[in-house]
Amino acid sequence: MAERCAVIGVGQTHHKSKRNDVSIAGLVREAAKMALADADLTWTDIDAVVIGKAPDMFEGNMMPELYLAPALGAVGKPMFRVHTAGSVGGSTSLVAAHLISSGIHKRVLTVAYEKQSDSDAMWALSVPQPFAAPLLAGAGGYFAPHIRAYMRRSGAPEYIGRMVAVKDRINALRNPYAHLHLPDIDMKMVEDSMMLWDPLRYLEACPSSDGAAAMVLAAEDSISGSYPPAWIHGMAMRSEPTMFAGRDQVNPQAGRDCSADVYAQAGITNPRAEIDVAEVYVPFSWYEPMWLENLGFCDLGDGWKLTEAGATAFEGDIPWNTSGGVLSSNPIGASGMLRFLEVAMQVRGQAGEHQIDGARRALGQAYGGGSQFFSMWVVSSDKP
Amino acid sequence: MSGQTTAEDLGPVTTLATPIRLDFEFTPGVAQSRFLRGLEKGRFVGQRCPTCGKVYVPSRGSCPTDGVPTTEDVDLANVGTVTTYCVVNVPFAGQSIEIPYICAQVLLDGADISFMGLIQQIPTDEIRMGLRVEAVWVEPEELTPSLASVRYFRPSGEPDADYETYKDYL
Repeated sequence: MAERCAVIGVGQTHHKSKRNDVSIAGLVREAAKMALADADLTWTDIDAVVIGKAPDMFEGNMMPELYLAPALGAVGKPMFRVHTAGSVGGSTSLVAAHLISSGIHKRVLTVAYEKQSDSDAMWALSVPQPFAAPLLAGAGGYFAPHIRAYMRRSGAPEYIGRMVAVKDRINALRNPYAHLHLPDIDMKMVEDSMMLWDPLRYLEACPSSDGAAAMVLAAEDSISGSYPPAWIHGMAMRSEPTMFAGRDQVNPQAGRDCSADVYAQAGITNPRAEIDVAEVYVPFSWYEPMWLENLGFCDLGDGWKLTEAGATAFEGDIPWNTSGGVLSSNPIGASGMLRFLEVAMQVRGQAGEHQIDGARRALGQAYGGGSQFFSMWVVSSDKP
Repeated sequence: MSGQTTAEDLGPVTTLATPIRLDFEFTPGVAQSRFLRGLEKGRFVGQRCPTCGKVYVPSRGSCPTDGVPTTEDVDLANVGTVTTYCVVNVPFAGQSIEIPYICAQVLLDGADISFMGLIQQIPTDEIRMGLRVEAVWVEPEELTPSLASVRYFRPSGEPDADYETYKDYL
């Protein structure tokens, strides 16, 4: 990276199933104003805006960035739209960071959102295709067979998924912005919930949320705000085709390549030992053990053993998703940015009740589509 | 004017449902056209990559790995293996199949990539990875250039495939 870049402001909405009190414009503005306030800046201090969301078809607003420019103070300024399915919040953050690291801008506002209550996002993903049988029942129907393949390949016991579902919901109780607050959550409640896409139960799946996330990124000579900056030490994106012969759907090559790149940039050789906290895109419980392996936190086939041993719990040695993660809030377009934003909050020491004491280096990861888009960054309280 | 409801009584309009319908014509292109013409005749037609030799069904006309056109047509078997699956128990708008139903990845014999298929004529608690299945087609006069020509897959009666034979297709 030519120019150093840091997160100097973060903002997010309260994520809920229906935010009827605001329009989409009101929703994104709420997160953006909070990020500006956190950075002690105003709209006029911003050079450019980078916005991301999942498919336009979800809410039926084509090119929503045009309609949202006034709400984000972007009239007369460069505005850039990013779209990489569910990973978009992550890749939007990276595009914004590239505008700083390349020396083009000093301060960039980046925003991501979804207003699922304005849409039918789950079934917008299940539109009949000319060459496929009409079988696909939402994202869960797509991912459940790959989860089953992971269970077969690793020999993981079936209760592992329920453990993740419980752990992330307990974490969410520490996060006032999380959509789901389930104080009575336990293994039995998950087991008693409806089987939707066998082997996935209702409480092993993410909710549908309205919400937005925003960050202000700045160059080294433009740092402001009362919290220390979260310095970016590495950032990478990778993609691969959804369908090709020999594709590993459980442990995609693009994810492995993306993490290898971001670790090399950040000088990380042993992720489990060198990363203090991680926010990883886990929309269905089993993706925690699957991504533990894909991200190199353990050997192949051992991801579930880390989950079972409590390594990823709040008190574990590698806390994952202390915010409650995607399993507790899923405003799809914003979900990836929330991962990136939450790790910035951790290394800035501003995560409140879900703060991991002494967190200095953290990994944010997002994936999207049929596990074919990946974006990641490593942030630290130390300047690179 | 007592008894009349005013706009103030009702409060602000917060949401308005506006259903949208989109009709579109799809041009399948040469490779998918061959696949569809095959379905019209009650058989599966794939294509082989001239570089890696992998057989794609349905073929999109090029190999995603090698980036070269796939020109050699390959007739595939009517039987295959369930590599993995889920049991769908979610009702949704426009659903044409009674829930719960089995949605499986079916790897046809001779193909190097699986596709999604409906499995019937087996209880949902007996479905398993490795199950051998065969395609059941609609009546000959009902065949069309569409996957609707395949009613479903059902157990073929063969012994289950060994995990080693399909583990690299997951």
